[in-house]
Amino acid sequence: MESVNTFRSGPDESGHFGIFGGRFVAETLMPLVLAVEEAYESAKSDPEFASELEYLFKHYVGRPSPLYFAPRLTEHYGGAKIYFKRDELNHTGAHKINNCLGQILLAKRMGKKRIIAETGAGQHGVATATVCALFDLPCVVYMGETDIERQKPNVFRMKLLGAEIVPVTSGTGTLKDAMNDALRDWVANVETTYYLIGTAAGPHPYPEMVRDFQSVIGIEAKEQMLEAEGRLPDTLVACIGGGSNAIGLFHPFLDDSSVAIHGVEAAGHGISSGEHAASLTGGSPGVLHGNRTYLLQNEDGQIQDAHSISAGLDYPGIGPEHSWLHESGRVKYVSATDEEALEAFKLCCRMEGIIPALEPAHALAYVSRIAPDLPKDHIICMNMCGRGDKDIFTVADALGEVI
Amino acid sequence: MSAPILVADDSGRIRNRFAALKAEGRGGFVTFLTAGDPDPETFAEILRGLPEAGADLIEIGIPFSDPMADGPAIQAASLRALTAGASLRKTLDLVRGFRENDAETPIILMGYYNPIYQYGVDHFLVDFKEAGADGLIIVDLPPEEDVELCIPALETGVNFIRLATPTTDDKRLPAVLKNTSGFVYYVSILGITGTSSAAASDVGAAVARLKRHTDLPVAVGFGINSAEAVRDIVSVADAAVLGSAIVNRLADSLDENDAATPKTVDTVLSFVRELASGVQTS
Repeated sequence: MESVNTFRSGPDESGHFGIFGGRFVAETLMPLVLAVEEAYESAKSDPEFASELEYLFKHYVGRPSPLYFAPRLTEHYGGAKIYFKRDELNHTGAHKINNCLGQILLAKRMGKKRIIAETGAGQHGVATATVCALFDLPCVVYMGETDIERQKPNVFRMKLLGAEIVPVTSGTGTLKDAMNDALRDWVANVETTYYLIGTAAGPHPYPEMVRDFQSVIGIEAKEQMLEAEGRLPDTLVACIGGGSNAIGLFHPFLDDSSVAIHGVEAAGHGISSGEHAASLTGGSPGVLHGNRTYLLQNEDGQIQDAHSISAGLDYPGIGPEHSWLHESGRVKYVSATDEEALEAFKLCCRMEGIIPALEPAHALAYVSRIAPDLPKDHIICMNMCGRGDKDIFTVADALGEVI
Repeated sequence: MSAPILVADDSGRIRNRFAALKAEGRGGFVTFLTAGDPDPETFAEILRGLPEAGADLIEIGIPFSDPMADGPAIQAASLRALTAGASLRKTLDLVRGFRENDAETPIILMGYYNPIYQYGVDHFLVDFKEAGADGLIIVDLPPEEDVELCIPALETGVNFIRLATPTTDDKRLPAVLKNTSGFVYYVSILGITGTSSAAASDVGAAVARLKRHTDLPVAVGFGINSAEAVRDIVSVADAAVLGSAIVNRLADSLDENDAATPKTVDTVLSFVRELASGVQTS
């Protein structure tokens, strides 16, 4: 492990977490990226910005989200005490809204007239369409054709909210291709348009900014856990695609050395099958979408397709801060397969009456692996970052049922 | 402040070519095609024919799976090339092959950073120079990331050609021009390759602004698609770059499986010849 005084001071001035992060964008975008940074720096120290966001978190999103002790799953696994941080109860059904509200307030401060976003599972698209409706700004969402097919309910939700959905056919028609096309749109419309990135990745300052807006999850969890148990949790668990829900939970705990932190990537059909979305477990450092981070790629630097049953984890990269936390050893990154996630999904429905999204079902699959062998006074806090209504068609399909 | 850069001698080909164009009193014509599109053999044949068809400088795209700054034509070209087995290593082989018959025409490789990063920057620069290439244009390396490749390139004697755009304001321009060498590539539109085109008058004003800040030649690209457009651009700039229009002609000549046909090489070279008439002095 690297000897550092704090794991919470990144990024540096040029947007790097160790060697990761940075600003690898075309010159056309560079002035814009600097403008976003400047606007964010000024917003951060503006009490009015903070109070407006706090108001919306409370009255529009329904924060704080509960910290819930899961009694039946705890009993079932027979080991550690399992808590869920219930961000699936947020308005729009996932943690994505936290970041969207922060960024739309920033876009408004910058005087932008049009919002673009990329989406995989559609949760970020829905959250973006929602805040655009609230702030009366036109919204264009880029979404891969493959994802449009497997996330129909979210596509329709976005339409109801007034967003224009642009199907992306290039590449494999998934999240990375949607991000490519959103960047192309931004280059062509720099003057009017704000790019509302959905995960803690992309060029600086996005990874930092998205993390900061999502850190409300960890800040609340810390307070709530102290109230419920009188101490910090022993283990944190969250799923990772780009990694925004995970960094939001983890960041406030990074300097609490008693807390073990585990990020769960999507292993798809298994790491050895080559069909997975586990950038840290099965990838290597490279440069894509504005930052240096771990990527799924071949030896020539061509980006490879990710695979996961969960559209939200189906991305061949990961936020740069996770790459740094991986190399520094502070966070342990593991993975769960499609099959394990499905098992956890079914169990959570039956035992807790909570239909989880397939994304946090990966986190739960990992919890199911470690909880039985841990002592009964060990506390696990898992981020239930999204609800599973959107996934019922995918799950039915995987279970061979017709609905 | 960082240590001064020890710029090594470059091949001289870019400088010599622009000096020759100046002596002839005409603008330069720069062609772009993606390495290995549609297959290595056909590409090598086209490449060999480009100088005779009128290309003064040759840009070769390094194929990449996720070309974020490029439009549909060049994205498709990258995918065709990759499907046919292209790579950065094979791109350098194509340059090496070209140099066996042509010692003068400057070759510029254009692309994205990740393939070079995976190859290894130092190793790449040595192989690049040895292959006989002259300059690099890397879309996703702005001045903020100069330590990655730009500075090592200059120290190895490889020209690092920077893109300036309509969003590069006067405040930013000195930083953009600082470590640029060979020439400056002005992106005439806001947007990706092969989309809209810019008015020559706007381009003229932009080039004049660049010229106030640099003595380097200025080439203009993005959105130029005919001999007439070439003529307009070189009336206000030192050279015109054409990519998507040529790539589209190439694509149109392929069969339904994106394979080369007997007319592919001729189709591309005739179109290049037609476009090059835009820089001929009458």
